[in-house]
Amino acid sequence: MKKRYKAVIIGGSAGGIDGVMRILRDLSPGIPIPIFIVLHRLKNVYSHLDQILGDGTGYTHVKDADEKESIQPYYAYLAPVNYHLLFEEDHTFSLDVSEQVNYSRPSIDVSFESAAALYRGELLGILLSGANSDGAKGMHRIREYGGYTIVEDPATAYAPTMPQAALDLVEVHKVVKKEDIAFEVKRLI
Amino acid sequence: MSREHKEISQEDLSAVLELVQKRYGFDFTQYARSSMKRRMQRIMENFGLPSVFELKHKLLNDELFFEVFVEEITVNVTEMFRDPFFYKELREKVIPQLESYPSVKIWHAGCSSGEEVYSLAIMLHECGLLERSRIYATDINSQVLNRARAGIFDLRHMKDYTLNYIAAGGTGNFSDYYTAKYDQAIFKKELKEPMIFSIHNLVADKSFNEFNLILCRNVLIYFNEHLQNQVISLFSESLCPFGYLALGSKESLLFYHDRDRYETISRMSKLFKLVR
Repeated sequence: MKKRYKAVIIGGSAGGIDGVMRILRDLSPGIPIPIFIVLHRLKNVYSHLDQILGDGTGYTHVKDADEKESIQPYYAYLAPVNYHLLFEEDHTFSLDVSEQVNYSRPSIDVSFESAAALYRGELLGILLSGANSDGAKGMHRIREYGGYTIVEDPATAYAPTMPQAALDLVEVHKVVKKEDIAFEVKRLI
Repeated sequence: MSREHKEISQEDLSAVLELVQKRYGFDFTQYARSSMKRRMQRIMENFGLPSVFELKHKLLNDELFFEVFVEEITVNVTEMFRDPFFYKELREKVIPQLESYPSVKIWHAGCSSGEEVYSLAIMLHECGLLERSRIYATDINSQVLNRARAGIFDLRHMKDYTLNYIAAGGTGNFSDYYTAKYDQAIFKKELKEPMIFSIHNLVADKSFNEFNLILCRNVLIYFNEHLQNQVISLFSESLCPFGYLALGSKESLLFYHDRDRYETISRMSKLFKLVR
């Protein structure tokens, strides 16, 4: 029987927004499981990225994750600027302003590891373009729990460091161009 | 795989928190679990504790370690004029309202190492209110309060803090508020005069005064919903009529029992006013 995944988590940095937009556009108006998006963002800059991603892709529900908000299907949640995004056992979010991890807050590793602990083998992890190695350990954790891992092909990524770091650490399931990621997601859910 | 990949189970977490409660009387059981787990993992890595059993053993037998444990478990990452826009709105929308009072009482709950307390003092000074203000700055952790009391911060951060200060609408020269010595920035004595630092545990301790303004930023996010409600009630009890409450940028009153008692002054900066 085909395995069903219960949530998608996407991480990216430099060049990552492009990938996220492409994926959301291809999955619009929505998929029946939640998507979590962790992008490195400038602190103290309120960019309204949630609106940009929503309006620009046709994905119906895109919003910043709120403290203690309960996780819903069909929603794409963004890790808010300057907070780590964590997942609680009762399927709500917790935010955290502790130390930066990999010079980043939100950190991709932090959210990936926390999501993996909640969704275990039912998590689909995607790592996109980026110029540092945040996310590699997170991908490793998802893989350890039996989740599925997809990495944007470093050969065509805007910044190859992040996807390459994951490939160096983890035996990921799929390496594809960002244009082909949504297809993989649809195949798996 | 390396140690850090070992996951702490919910049962382990509960057992450690129960031990801490029994041995030291500190109740962390209503703290948000996901964060707690991370903090605990971090402590075990930093102290080379290979298992939860060793952590429990050390907690039971080493009171000094418990102090460190509390400091690690309660997040103490802070900065001066954190979220400059918040300070700008506080300055424009709240401080002018406080000017009519002969004396201004402020409670900074969960002040950590004090960076935000000094930011507030600088702002009050620039608005001519510092001399008739009292700032009660409290935290659960005595170690960070000592640092707050000293008012000495790392000189390396001053560049960032200066930018924050300007973005927050500061009207003077930020460097006038401290003296640089070696790698330290020593903040001026005058800023400290209205500050009173004290231990206060939001979980267990009661209200201790009535305030015109309470700041509690990025503390509630570490609590579960039940405890969040309890703490908001404590603030409602501790505010004088039409007193102001300031929360962290991702905290709101939306989910709390007391939400109808407050009017929103700024949705973006999470500034509220007690109206009933």
